[in-house]
Amino acid sequence: MAHAHKLEILRGLVKFKSNTQKIWGVLVLLSIITAVEVVLGIYKPEMFMGKVIGMKLLNWIFIILTLVKAYYITWDFMHMRDETSGLRRAVVWTGVFLICYLAFILLTEGDYIQGVYSSGYIKSDF
Amino acid sequence: MNTTVVNTGTEGKTWGGGNEPLKASYGKMMMWFFIVSDALTFSGFLAAYGFSRFKFIGTWPIADEVFTHVPFLHGQELPMIYVAFMTFVLIMSSVTMVLAVDAGHHMKKSKVTFYMFLTIIGGLIFVGSQAWEWATFIQGDYGAVQTKGGNILQFVNAEGERVALRDFVVAEHSERTTHENKNGLWFVGESSLPTYTVEEVVKGLESHSDILVRTQTLDEHGHKTVLTREESLKALKTNGKMVVEGANLHVNEYGSPLFADFFFFITGFHGFHVFSGVVLNIIIFFNVILGTYERRGSYEMVEKVGLYWHFVDLVWVFVFTFFYLV
Repeated sequence: MAHAHKLEILRGLVKFKSNTQKIWGVLVLLSIITAVEVVLGIYKPEMFMGKVIGMKLLNWIFIILTLVKAYYITWDFMHMRDETSGLRRAVVWTGVFLICYLAFILLTEGDYIQGVYSSGYIKSDF
Repeated sequence: MNTTVVNTGTEGKTWGGGNEPLKASYGKMMMWFFIVSDALTFSGFLAAYGFSRFKFIGTWPIADEVFTHVPFLHGQELPMIYVAFMTFVLIMSSVTMVLAVDAGHHMKKSKVTFYMFLTIIGGLIFVGSQAWEWATFIQGDYGAVQTKGGNILQFVNAEGERVALRDFVVAEHSERTTHENKNGLWFVGESSLPTYTVEEVVKGLESHSDILVRTQTLDEHGHKTVLTREESLKALKTNGKMVVEGANLHVNEYGSPLFADFFFFITGFHGFHVFSGVVLNIIIFFNVILGTYERRGSYEMVEKVGLYWHFVDLVWVFVFTFFYLV
């Protein structure tokens, strides 16, 4: 195991000399992403406030950045990069499929109920 | 792990047992599958949060206005700063964990010990921060009035800045005392009464002409709607039912009680994971010191709890996004 680490991140853009160096490199990457998220969250620039597919562009940016962070935590901290493709697919595809499915169903349903409330068929505030 | 695995003597054959097509030991693979199922539990919580949020999309609290506190910086509005700090602490402890795993691969006992220690400290700082965050949230800040329909009326001044109840309401002598179970039926009691009654809030609002009521309804810019002076008085007089200070599972001065419910359940469930992760880390830490893994010839146990610890970090990344950012 100790000698089998893949030491490239960002599709080979950055290569590290040792596993320890890669860990620090990933930390820097994750910290930068978190800092960007916090700055965007505090200042909420007006240019990202437009709606894209039913949600603010800013929220999409947050979700994408989160997925990027999740990728690096799983791939480099949890060493998913070094596991066999069978184990990787068993874990990642199962999780991603079921979570997307659940999120889609519940969010669609929540949106529908919101529509019922706002169109006045059911009164929720007396 | 030769000490724990029974060999069957047929290892060379494909179906003889002991064949590892995924090149991962039993324990490590089971930790991965546990993580998958735990991830589904968390996504169930977060998807339920999304459901409720989409259901009340027009009135949901704005997280930036709820979590504005930082320890030792009393009275300053610093949204997100403390959560960002907590996120960084957890990522940092993930880094020390992975460094411990790496040192374990090289069989460096003292380095593993040191990094495990740092990881435990990071975990404790995080849990402590979360406890502080809970305490601040429960205690509340400005106070609000709940309407008959369960909505929250907050108070702002002419500039749109929040005004606390204590700044304009005077508590008068009240006939109503807290009903304790020792004074009546033993199974009927109640928690402590709010500092003010709705009538006192109405009087305070009438005598301060610059204070307005802010409802939970979001306008097209994503800001809460502020009522005019007449509407404010009318809304409070006709609909005001109960004074709310802070948040619990029933009421929430920041807006929808569901927001508080999900906050307690999701961050509580995550905090419980961090706590049990710290306990596991401490057990492994002492095993490392005692030389258990040195004798076993493998630090794979460190790797397994490491997986769990990184998972806790992974979940927090999502909680951070969906609770505090989006």
